[in-house]
Amino acid sequence: MRIPKARGELSEALAAALHEGTPTAALTAVPATDDADRHLSLWTLYELSYRGFDDVDDELEWQPELLALRRTLERRFEAELREWFSPPELGGPFADALFELIGNDDGASVATFVQREATLDQTLELLRYRTIYHLKEADPTAWVVPRLTTGPKAALMELQYDEYGCGDPNRLHSHLFVRGLDAAGLRSDYGAYVDDVPVEVLMQNNAMTLFGLHRRLRGAALGHLAAFEATSSLPSRRMAQGLGRLGLPAEMIAYYQEHIEADAVHEQLAVRTICGALVHEEPAQAAEVAFGALTCLGLEDRFARRMLADWGAAA
Amino acid sequence: MTDQIDHVPDFDHPDVVLCPGGPLLLRGEHVVQDAEGRQHRTTRPVSAVCRCGKSTDQPWCDGTHKVLPDKLKP
Ligand code: FES
Ligand SMILES: [Fe+2]
Ligand SMILES: [Fe+2]
Repeated sequence: MRIPKARGELSEALAAALHEGTPTAALTAVPATDDADRHLSLWTLYELSYRGFDDVDDELEWQPELLALRRTLERRFEAELREWFSPPELGGPFADALFELIGNDDGASVATFVQREATLDQTLELLRYRTIYHLKEADPTAWVVPRLTTGPKAALMELQYDEYGCGDPNRLHSHLFVRGLDAAGLRSDYGAYVDDVPVEVLMQNNAMTLFGLHRRLRGAALGHLAAFEATSSLPSRRMAQGLGRLGLPAEMIAYYQEHIEADAVHEQLAVRTICGALVHEEPAQAAEVAFGALTCLGLEDRFARRMLADWGAAA
Repeated sequence: MTDQIDHVPDFDHPDVVLCPGGPLLLRGEHVVQDAEGRQHRTTRPVSAVCRCGKSTDQPWCDGTHKVLPDKLKP
């Protein structure tokens, strides 16, 4: 992947600095044009820690001036997330309370629209946008593993092992998506569609990376995971039905079918054994778990409302 | 040798877990026979067997139990 196309003053300055390999402290003072500019810049900085860019020196991942900019952008984003998604206190047995918090979510759903009425073009557009996460599926959560104590660590690996195909590269979830994209005639190279995605997708991706990269935010990372897994099986069934209705290839449908079954397991693990074990060992993390869960649900709702509005559909 | 357990595990890690209102989790490899007598081999480290009877992916849970009224939940 190459440096994404700039979306404003800040991402323009960042792209130039990355390209030339000479970031300076002045970068932090460049004002962002808008949210898209800000989130593309943060996404680009984060990507240095995933796969990097063909046209950027790997050495820059830990460049202090870039870390300073990343931190500035992260602080603002985290403050916004905490303001938007402030959770209620979870009462009663933890797993029940977390399932209830997630179950009460009535956010907009692109899956329901795809199931019943999306056109082929709209559906392909959605699949292109989904590449930003699905091609790094489970990766942001992998960063959390070393920050956990024995109970939640083993529990998280039990789930992650399945996401990573139990060691079989052919079954790796991100690879199942690659096969679906290839069969559907879409690009499956990492980051191929980043120039096209709406800001809401960058925000979703940045939230996961923010939670994954900061030990302090381990509770939010696992709460995000729980909400993600617990809102996947039923929508995956709707996606599979919609893709079938539109005649999309079996490989793409198979990705969603795998998630109907896998995530019916993963939601139980994420809520009960992973978040349950974390909160058992670190009771103070319960509120962070709830914050992470609401962030996942809230940002998906924003994305869905954006897409449905673009498509002229009612949320 | 006696049948005494000489090693008490530090953590609960049962092979079978009944999830309240939801599926039965099975750890490890198993062959599960569905209500029609067909056999299904588990394919993942942990599998979720449907207990509500309403999954369309029998014998596995597909999350349908969550949209059932309380009295129909297992
Ligand atoms: S127990 Fe989950 S669908 Fe039946
Ligand atoms: Fe997955
Ligand atoms: Fe999953």
